[in-house]
Amino acid sequence: MLQLQKLTKRYPTGDLALNAVDLEIPKGQVLALIGPSGAGKSTLIRSINRLVEPTSGSAILDGVNLTELSSGALRRARRRMGMIFQEYALVERLSVMENVLSGQLGYVGFWRSFLRKFPQPAIDEAFRLLERVGLDQMADKRADELSGGQRQRVGIARALIQDPQLLLVDEPTASLDPKTSRQIMRLICELCAERGLSAIINIHDVALAKMFVPRVIGLKLGEIVFDGGPDDLTPEVLTDIYGEEDWEATIAKIDDDDDSDPV
Amino acid sequence: MAITQTPDGTKVWALRDTRTQLTIWAKWFIGTALFMYCWQQISAETNWDFFWDAPAIAADIGGRSVPPKWDYMSKLWAPLWDTLNIATLGTALSLVMAVPIAFLAARNTTPNAYILRPLALLIIVSSRSINSLIWALLLVAIIGPGVFAGLIAISLRSIGFCAKLLYEAIEEIDQSQVEAITATGASRWQVMLYGIVPQIMPALAGITVFRWDINIRESTVLGLVGAGGIGLQMQGSLNTLAWPQVSLILLVILLAVLISEWVSAKVRGAII
Repeated sequence: MLQLQKLTKRYPTGDLALNAVDLEIPKGQVLALIGPSGAGKSTLIRSINRLVEPTSGSAILDGVNLTELSSGALRRARRRMGMIFQEYALVERLSVMENVLSGQLGYVGFWRSFLRKFPQPAIDEAFRLLERVGLDQMADKRADELSGGQRQRVGIARALIQDPQLLLVDEPTASLDPKTSRQIMRLICELCAERGLSAIINIHDVALAKMFVPRVIGLKLGEIVFDGGPDDLTPEVLTDIYGEEDWEATIAKIDDDDDSDPV
Repeated sequence: MAITQTPDGTKVWALRDTRTQLTIWAKWFIGTALFMYCWQQISAETNWDFFWDAPAIAADIGGRSVPPKWDYMSKLWAPLWDTLNIATLGTALSLVMAVPIAFLAARNTTPNAYILRPLALLIIVSSRSINSLIWALLLVAIIGPGVFAGLIAISLRSIGFCAKLLYEAIEEIDQSQVEAITATGASRWQVMLYGIVPQIMPALAGITVFRWDINIRESTVLGLVGAGGIGLQMQGSLNTLAWPQVSLILLVILLAVLISEWVSAKVRGAII
């Protein structure tokens, strides 16, 4: 469903962030992208929805080459790609409902969005999503009143109201405590399964990635150095991706405490 | 910072190396010498007879100023209302122009960094470099004396102030919120509406009441050059040496400024 072909990004400073990355993601697959800081993980997902303009290569979503789209067509294509951010990136001074509905901006004209007159089906969907992520009582709160876990749930709802085919998830748990991290990862993976979404999840926490995803990609200096299942992540592989370290504790099987209650 | 090594290998740390230290000392020396020279020049040019009788004259004027001529107040209400209108409408008018200029001037929102941004910065600088009294002088000559000239003078002077503070606020916004709105497929204007405007609203409101507060003070003197408001009465009273009227006008201005400061402090408190 998503194919990256020789996707390359060289920053004006001369740093080669992505070096001819080839990757194919079938429909409905959730994969984790791991790698050291500076490996190009953020650049990779931002090159797909062109928040970062790739230097060369192509990213093809459902037969459409995203790298060649004009700005209008790019905006329509972006509606099909929901994005979730590390620091949530909610508009702090707007309400939870406005934040969720901002995921609809690609479908709504300027004046309707200025007057906050969103179509009723979008509002229905926003309420359904808030209930699904466990925030149905919070719609009128301002985003900066929420806790970290709650904010990330709003971020997830904002991405899903776009009705995407693909989720681009950038370090969803890096600012969260371990328990909330697991709940958020579980929520993202459940929602992807419910809706048949593909997802690329950038993640630092290798143990957490192993718990939730069926496929792991290792990125190092802009190149893919590992592509396999979570059980193939041996100490040798991790040493290859990150460098020499004692990896036994990281890859030890962690029991998934089944606490799906929302925070 | 300077780290040197003594022959026995001890690292010695000092804030500055000798060369920097000497340069700083030399600059202070030149500055002090220049100051003394200027002092001497000013002292030589001063007419000391006028200087020494200044306290007596001040006391004389002060004595004639009390008590203020209270019943003159009946003639001050209308100009006071004019002053308030000049400040308020002038601030509003300046914002209408300052907001687009700020968006053109901010590095992260300007549509064109090579032509439009320098142009916006030029407008900001030229508006700021001319005092509102001078704007008023020019405008009284161009559009004739009266409240309207004062209104335009205040708004032209305020554009630079408001636009500068606002564009700095725009440059300091959290870019990830903008990124998130862009990623939804929102248009350029929608990104501005959802990603940028909510972030700069507190700054905009703060700047507005701050400038309004300043404009109340500035508009009280505009009348001196014929641009309407309470300054006109001030001018008339000064010219006829009507000191009790002058003292009443000064009291009224003081009160107006106190009230405007109180209001703007309240508004800023409510926003933050």
